[in-house]
Amino acid sequence: MSETFTKAMARNIFYGGAVFFFLLFLGLTFDSMKALPKRDHRENITESVTRGKLIWETRNCVGCHTILGEGAYFAPELGNVYKRRGGDNGGAEFIKAWIQSQPTGVPGRRQMPQFHLNDQQLEDMVQFLKWTSEVNTGTWPPNIEG
Amino acid sequence: MQYKSQAVAKPYFIAAIALFVGQILFGLIMGYQYVVGDFLFPAIPFNVARMVHTNLLIVWLLFGFMGAAYYLIPEETETELYSPKLALITFWVFLAAGALTIVGYLMVPYATLAAMTGNDLLPTMGREFLEQPLPTKLGIVVVALSLLFNISMTVLKGRKTSISLVLLLGLWGLAVFFLFSFYNSHNLVLDKYFWWWTVHLWVEGVWELILGAMLAFVLIKITGVDREVIEKWLYVIIAMTLITGIIGTGHHYFWIGTPDYWQWFGSVFSALEPIPFFMMTVFAFNMVNRRRREHPNKAATLWALGTGVMAFLGAGVWGFLHTLAPVNYYTHGSQITAAHGHMAFYGAYVMVNLTMISYAMPMLRGRTANSGPAQTMEMWSFWLMTVSIVFITLFLTAAGILQIWLQRMGTNPMGFMDAQDQVRLFYWLREIAGFVFLTGLVLYIWSFFCKKGEAVKA
Ligand code: HEC
Ligand code: HEM
Ligand code: HEM
Ligand SMILES: [Fe+2]
Repeated sequence: MSETFTKAMARNIFYGGAVFFFLLFLGLTFDSMKALPKRDHRENITESVTRGKLIWETRNCVGCHTILGEGAYFAPELGNVYKRRGGDNGGAEFIKAWIQSQPTGVPGRRQMPQFHLNDQQLEDMVQFLKWTSEVNTGTWPPNIEG
Repeated sequence: MQYKSQAVAKPYFIAAIALFVGQILFGLIMGYQYVVGDFLFPAIPFNVARMVHTNLLIVWLLFGFMGAAYYLIPEETETELYSPKLALITFWVFLAAGALTIVGYLMVPYATLAAMTGNDLLPTMGREFLEQPLPTKLGIVVVALSLLFNISMTVLKGRKTSISLVLLLGLWGLAVFFLFSFYNSHNLVLDKYFWWWTVHLWVEGVWELILGAMLAFVLIKITGVDREVIEKWLYVIIAMTLITGIIGTGHHYFWIGTPDYWQWFGSVFSALEPIPFFMMTVFAFNMVNRRRREHPNKAATLWALGTGVMAFLGAGVWGFLHTLAPVNYYTHGSQITAAHGHMAFYGAYVMVNLTMISYAMPMLRGRTANSGPAQTMEMWSFWLMTVSIVFITLFLTAAGILQIWLQRMGTNPMGFMDAQDQVRLFYWLREIAGFVFLTGLVLYIWSFFCKKGEAVKA
């Protein structure tokens, strides 16, 4: 790098750039926070959904699955599983029956553990996945398979 | 070693390497579960192995950063560490907390662990990379504060170089952005939004400051190039990092419920994120070419150059590959992500730590450089590990492309599990490459005990 461009100039660009772009980021964040309620439909976050999210977390479902494309890539995307498995016509029943019947025990096939969830917990899990499937994700995933 | 207190870096480096071995063993377990799904089930379900794999990675990288800080700061500030004793106590606290956490993952069902550790008080567990129980998270904060106090006090009483300042800024940033791991909304969208403030702003933000400072330090030592030149480069690189990387967070805000304008902000800024990585490559080669001395530690030079190249490939090239919103629409959460994650973490953060260890460890053992045969062995391990990670990345990329083609394109998309069946071959190949990686790692450790030849005396 040339002699006329000094270390002090480089340092100033660093500090100036960091501060400027961090403030811009805060601004965009502020704007996103205002826009989010319309997209995440937080009015539908019931206590059941909240409990469902806690079950999701304390069973570490995200250690095998993705949700809205984030997590692990070992097992199917679950952000839209409620819709994939029938939506309001059977989605809930499918998810409950699925969780209750694990593991499949099919030799050599990837396994999901048995979590011993009670009826209330199963219902909460479903409510959480149903709410998630209704978040406006900008048409992602490309198709129902996730 | 010029300052007595630098010696505290040694246990940090040793622990880092030991945990690295653990990380790879669990990686191999998962790699096998990818093809033989019921392997070790239900003793070690996939999600447990994954937590162990990724958390060990993060913890050992942190051990490496801390060891680097304790080694580098006295030499840069030309004064002894403020409190070597505190640094040693901190070491044992961190090691104990880390070990207990891993044992917890392996011995207790995760839900029980959460209940035992007060997750109800403040639910923070069960989110990717941030699975640690609350006490562990608090422990990480305490350890970080202790490190920051120690290092800051040392810098305050000594010479203030740009390298030490940048390292300090990076470490403060690491601690500050970790605080977002304590935020968890019952609204998944908000949870995700701020989760990235820890994860993205770490690896594509403040950690790059740490990376830059470590690389600059080693390059000054092995090339003897004028500090002014190196520090100017350092500032330009980290300026570009933050200018592109902060708004670049937007490449994670495409499909998680956030407003659509992030597709523009995220795509444009993150597309520029490879620039600082490219500059790092040019920087490393430039400095080595303009060297004013022939440092006897050839292995450290190789690691430093390797970091430049591999960080650019993994973060820059493989990052760019899937960072534009129209591409990410198809690649999001696929094996492409895993491919990039592996090469980026290895190329940037694993390699910079191994660079530092390669340079500092001989010094800590009272020599300028290891013997010729020991260095040759270390360089073999460099090539084995680096080439394996390239192959792991290539196999995962192939798996990812096929997965997307089968599952996400066309009118008759396949289900997830069926698509996985179709790409088994690549998972087998990845596992084989993983074993070669392990061989490289074993050779790496072996090189520390190589008795052949004469070490270069200090
Ligand atoms: C150890 C890994 C693992 C964990 C942890 C895990 N799963 Fe699964 N899950 C799987 C696998 C593998 C499949 C696909 C199995 C198959 O097709 O045979 C699956 C499938 C599913 C399906 C069906 C998806 C579909 O498209 O039909 C649902 C629903 C599901 N899991 C829910 C959950 C929930 C809820 C949790 C947490 C309480 C969870 N899983 C935790 C591995 C896991
Ligand atoms: C050498 C043998 C290795 C094998 C077989 C292996 C295997 C795996 C597997 C199977 C996963 C889980 C992917 C999923 O979620 O489905 C994973 C995740 C991960 N591994 Fe490894 N790994 C290895 C080495 C490494 C190394 C050396 C690093 C660090 C440089 C690393 C860093 C990571 C990271 C960051 C993740 C999370 C990825 C993501 O979420 O995208 N792994 N690994
Ligand atoms: C050393 C620096 C980097 C590291 C360690 C790193 C690591 C990772 C990891 C582990 C993930 C997976 C996160 C998850 O599990 O959800 C990820 C995702 C991603 N990275 Fe990086 N990355 C780095 C730099 C970059 C750069 C420079 C770019 C862009 C040019 C980039 C683009 C992306 C994108 C777009 C995703 C999201 C993938 C998806 O949609 O699934 N990364 N990165
Ligand atoms: Fe990112």
